[in-house]
Amino acid sequence: MSWLTKTLTSSIGKKLLMALTGLFLCTFLVVHLIGNLQLFKNDGGYAFNNYAVFMTTFPLIKVVSYVNYALILFHAFWGLYITYKNRQARPIGYAVVKNSSSVFSRNMAILGTILLVYLVVHMSDFWYRYHNEALPYVKYTEQIASGNIETTPMEIGYTQETKKVETFNEEAGTKTVIVKDLYNVVSFSFQNILLVLFYVLSMFAVAFHLFHGFQSAFQTLGWSHPKYTPLVKGLGVWVFAVLIPTGYAAMPLYFYFFK
Amino acid sequence: MTINLKVWKQKNAKTSGNLETYKVDQVSPDMSFLEMFDVLNEKLVQENKEPIAFDHDCREGICGMCSMYINGQPHGPLEGVTTCQLHMRTFKDGDTIVVEPWRSAAFPVIKDLVVDRTAFDRIIASGGFVSVNTGNAQDANNLAIGKDKADMAFAAAACIGCGACVAACKNASAMLFVSAKVSQLALLPQGQPERESRALNMVAQMDAEGFGACTNTGACAAECPKEISLDNIARLNREFLGASISSQEA
Repeated sequence: MSWLTKTLTSSIGKKLLMALTGLFLCTFLVVHLIGNLQLFKNDGGYAFNNYAVFMTTFPLIKVVSYVNYALILFHAFWGLYITYKNRQARPIGYAVVKNSSSVFSRNMAILGTILLVYLVVHMSDFWYRYHNEALPYVKYTEQIASGNIETTPMEIGYTQETKKVETFNEEAGTKTVIVKDLYNVVSFSFQNILLVLFYVLSMFAVAFHLFHGFQSAFQTLGWSHPKYTPLVKGLGVWVFAVLIPTGYAAMPLYFYFFK
Repeated sequence: MTINLKVWKQKNAKTSGNLETYKVDQVSPDMSFLEMFDVLNEKLVQENKEPIAFDHDCREGICGMCSMYINGQPHGPLEGVTTCQLHMRTFKDGDTIVVEPWRSAAFPVIKDLVVDRTAFDRIIASGGFVSVNTGNAQDANNLAIGKDKADMAFAAAACIGCGACVAACKNASAMLFVSAKVSQLALLPQGQPERESRALNMVAQMDAEGFGACTNTGACAAECPKEISLDNIARLNREFLGASISSQEA
């Protein structure tokens, strides 16, 4: 066995892969949240739909997103494999157990499995439909001078070759953009209270998973230091377990209650 | 005091065991948990019944032999003490106490509450030592060691290798034990020559013994009778990953 395989298949190496992929997925959560904040813009989805085109056509983003999907799957199944191996380390359990560790830290695999189910639902709700289904198109007419945007849904059955058709009318001083109306799909999907509840509850799973996971990744990397560990723990709790899941959960709630 | 015990009885490693119920009368609150077992065993011997097998040696909390999982916690409910230092005043008259052996694939039950912890010995033999330089002892303070480093090494060296960390961990992981043994030497100049091979070999042996991986739950440090810190596990991760990358062995 090469030294690298030996390292990565050791108990510490296995956890190193979990930590590194986990931290990558944490950065993804930040980027994904910032991008999706455009859903809150009151522009009929103009910014969000253009952003969706950018995210699915810009080559670098495309590469990163496929790397991201691969790492999500790796993190999920490698985690389940480690959990399975860890269970084998105690074939006979105790009759009585009084736990002195946090309930989240002991149930990372269950929380992760909930998140995997969530991701399948989430990807088929939006990603799959955006890529594979005949979504309605929407036309935005922007007055370049004033920045006013007029939103007109295209007739049903309208389709176009490229994801985005942009035309300028110099005489009228307008820019016309026709794109798939993913914003409308999001808005419509979140009228379903069951889906909204599922999304919000899944964000609790994200919160609990990261409450333990973020600081645990640093511990696995060996980054424990009296000066910096409090900062890592603070970030893990307040940013990754509170702020980010709250931001995500706000989206389905916003559409359900205000749209 | 009267104490009701439910104790794991198992004939040997090959048979399966079960919890058996015992009643111990006239327990003094000043007895240690092990003395309570002595009283029970004497009674059992007088009644021509088989006594309960359990590990013990120094009964001063420093040898690491006693190993009872009491009411769901290794070494019982009192923090920072071993089973031999746990006194019956911690319990109430009429309490029912469940006593089980350490549970780990790497610690097979030999009999009743006695488990085979030679896996720890094999981990130590794989690298938890300093190759001794024989000859006259050099002058004290010849080797300058910072007070902070010395204190951390001393705190790690407090590990008595009882295995409570393995017993407490949901993965039966031996990381706290191995990390303490690696740390106490990695922090001191005497440990430097074998620093890399020590981390690599001890982790390899730990994995070979069938202990689980660390999930950083912190149960080990919370239950450790010597209060070994989780910082040692972070140090072991650093030592192991650093040695994997930089050691000369390809």
